Amino acid sequence: MSQVDENFLVLAGVSKRYGGVRALENVDFGCARGKIHAVLGENGAGKSTLIKIVAGVVQPDAGSITLDGAPRHFNRPAAATAAGIVCIFQELSLMPDLSVADNISISSPPRRFGLIDSRAQRRRAEALLAEVGCEDVNPLVRVRDLPLSRRQMVEIAKAIGQKPKLLILDEATSALTSADVEKVYALLARLKAQNLAILYISHRMHEVEALADRASVFRNGRHIETFDKGARSTAEIVQLMIGRDIATQYPPKPKRPRPKPALKIENLGWEKRLEGISLEVGAGEIVGLGGLDGQGQKTLLLALFGVLRGVAGTITVNGRQVRPSSPAAAKAPDIGIALVPEDRKTEGLMLPMSIADNLAIASLNALSNGPFVDVAKERRAVERAIARLQIKVGSESDAVSTLSGGNQQKVVIAKWLMTEPKIILLNDPTRGIDVGTKQELYRLMRELADQGAAILFYSTDYDELIGCCDRVAIMYDGRIVRELSGADLTETNIVASALNIEAAGEQTRGSEAAHA
Amino acid sequence: MPSNLAIRLRQNVGLATAIVLFCIVYLLYHLSHPKGFSSAVLVQNGDEVFTLAMVAMAQTVPVLAAGLDLSVGALMTMVGCFASYLLSGAADGTPLSIDLAGTQIPLGTLPGGALGIGLGALICIAIGTLAGLLNGLIVVYGRIQPIIATLATGAIYIGVALFLRPQPGGKIDDDLNWAMTNSLGDFASTVHIFDDGAAPWFAPFAWIPTPFVLLALIAIVVWIPFRRSVVGRTVYAIGSAEGAAYMSGLDINRAKIVAFTLAGFFAACGGLFLAIQTSSGNADLPQAGTYTLNSIAAVVIGGTSLLGGTGGAIGSIFGALILRVISFFFRVFDIAPLLQPLFEGIILLAAVSVGALRMLRVKNTLELFR
Repeated sequence: MSQVDENFLVLAGVSKRYGGVRALENVDFGCARGKIHAVLGENGAGKSTLIKIVAGVVQPDAGSITLDGAPRHFNRPAAATAAGIVCIFQELSLMPDLSVADNISISSPPRRFGLIDSRAQRRRAEALLAEVGCEDVNPLVRVRDLPLSRRQMVEIAKAIGQKPKLLILDEATSALTSADVEKVYALLARLKAQNLAILYISHRMHEVEALADRASVFRNGRHIETFDKGARSTAEIVQLMIGRDIATQYPPKPKRPRPKPALKIENLGWEKRLEGISLEVGAGEIVGLGGLDGQGQKTLLLALFGVLRGVAGTITVNGRQVRPSSPAAAKAPDIGIALVPEDRKTEGLMLPMSIADNLAIASLNALSNGPFVDVAKERRAVERAIARLQIKVGSESDAVSTLSGGNQQKVVIAKWLMTEPKIILLNDPTRGIDVGTKQELYRLMRELADQGAAILFYSTDYDELIGCCDRVAIMYDGRIVRELSGADLTETNIVASALNIEAAGEQTRGSEAAHA
Repeated sequence: MPSNLAIRLRQNVGLATAIVLFCIVYLLYHLSHPKGFSSAVLVQNGDEVFTLAMVAMAQTVPVLAAGLDLSVGALMTMVGCFASYLLSGAADGTPLSIDLAGTQIPLGTLPGGALGIGLGALICIAIGTLAGLLNGLIVVYGRIQPIIATLATGAIYIGVALFLRPQPGGKIDDDLNWAMTNSLGDFASTVHIFDDGAAPWFAPFAWIPTPFVLLALIAIVVWIPFRRSVVGRTVYAIGSAEGAAYMSGLDINRAKIVAFTLAGFFAACGGLFLAIQTSSGNADLPQAGTYTLNSIAAVVIGGTSLLGGTGGAIGSIFGALILRVISFFFRVFDIAPLLQPLFEGIILLAAVSVGALRMLRVKNTLELFR
């Protein structure tokens, strides 16, 4: 790797371990000014750890960081910010109860007589919002009251306002509408012309193709290769990222006529976020939900699970119309819906409680005699669940927080399987877990379907949708825009439908953005 | 697109509700009071509300940073006990000493007259502020949850108060008591300003109770600048999303320490006034506890979320006013003292429920748990 033109930020021999897990191993990495540098890799490849180290959020166990020729050590985010490194994280770093203007100027607000000058701060926010092309946001509004896509634009405005020399975007476009994505592309091109160094982390290959001047691939905590734009084909890049052949990872799909629907949704709507959703999932079928992040997929799952109030339309389960009023009603045996939620740490698990407690928590009714939990019955059920999903546990009385991400996710899934659900809703269940566990989950999903469960599976990973699902419904702006199955179920079709454009339009759109 | 004013109003709906509620109950109170709408009644109200309002302001700051300060009542009591020694205003000065197991350790002499009173008051405020600082240091560097840290320090402050005043007692300068607990006119005539309060331009203001003026002054001079400072903003940011605040490079430790220190300052002001008003110091344990709990109630009624991040001390002042007016009603309607806690509880529940009404409008029930 040539160090000559990559000498703005240089990492040498950086390693980081979390507990026993190797997150980064002896990584040499560099990026240059005036370039957009894409960082690619699967979940758990070490990308997030890399940027957290650069941004001063975590400290490396070994290795050195050099910025602009000077060795640096960042022990907190503020130190990195002071050195000109600004990061837009995947998890939003906005304070929901503060106004947009407050958030944008949070770290160094304009002051008069030592106090925050709210008028100057508002003007500053207006100027920065205009710069990112987001003039429609009133700086006085609380961030809490903004939709997710607007929040992300505010986040970008906040980052730009800190006058970075190195800007890091970690999946920063995941929640944006396509119009906003265009604005961000244009903004990044302008910043590049101003000689900023830009690190761009994204799972979307077309974004990387449109934007990046160089790309680095990470896999299993190692820096595999860095190359210039166009030096590698998409297929080669994917090969580098996964390090093996893709064809073998998914269990075979059964060939049979479409089964009778176990779950039938007609004309479902909620607030302005879901509109006229109609979908059928047959017993034994895996139906995927695709599209860009934040197009209503998660909301749809929540609506089915009884979390949302004021849902319009009808939901039919095994021929009977139902309207679960709460998760408790949805999981009851007469409806039998289970939801594996988005965020396993807050919605899926009670982290300090034991593995056994977490497993049994959703099916306590079935494990009790009267008001008391039948301890023997509970233990047998827990043992069965652990064996069935091959969860690697030391002792089942350990806190569930001691498990690795993949095993934690298995606990969440096992917990719901213990309720013997007829309909399983999965909200991005493979996010942040290792490849091996992913494969196990794919097999498990197919196994459950073969046993008669109806599975509705939302994933941000298009590959996964293609590999696992019998059909995929693509959502855009709260509606299902297309249903793909059989030979139509290709990445090109998914991407095109996700952006709500015709398949042929995809190439034009990419090249436009590159020229912007 | 809604106007800026509409946005501001919607964001301060808690404060607005508290103000409206206060206006209604206070109007009803005056209408039903035989001597309603008179300076005398106002002065009495002001005296009774000032201490609770200060303690409620004190509670607000840690609550905004998503912490609870259980020591505010005890801190107030301790400062009151110090004041009962330091504000006697004796003409020939006040000798100060500590009696430790029979050994007298002299600490010097406080000068007499107005200078001595001023110094004494400053020392009282400083003691309370330092106690608040101690709370903050323990929370931040001891990494102890605020609720348990302040439960412990609160017991310590009560201990100091009991050491100072095993029995209620002490003395406060009479002029000081008169000047602070009456109308502005009485204040002027006692400290000999504005022609002893007889200046013609002063007449339209002479009826205003001094405690209300003090309250407004502290809110304007201390709270408003704090809210507009970087530290103040950081306190809100911590209560809203501590992780995001940290990732934005804010100094979280400093803000937490300042929050508890400011709480100490406000509570000290309350303790000082209580001592002046009662002309004595009293290490009253139940009273300290009541003030702490009422301060939390006042904060909630005033529109500040116990989860932190939204609200403010102005709302808490109105929360304290509402709580006090409710107890005024008991006097007017002559409700048996034994029934008062029952009614207080029911009314408090009703008042807090008003703030909870918005929960019914939440369409995504998952948001209720965030």
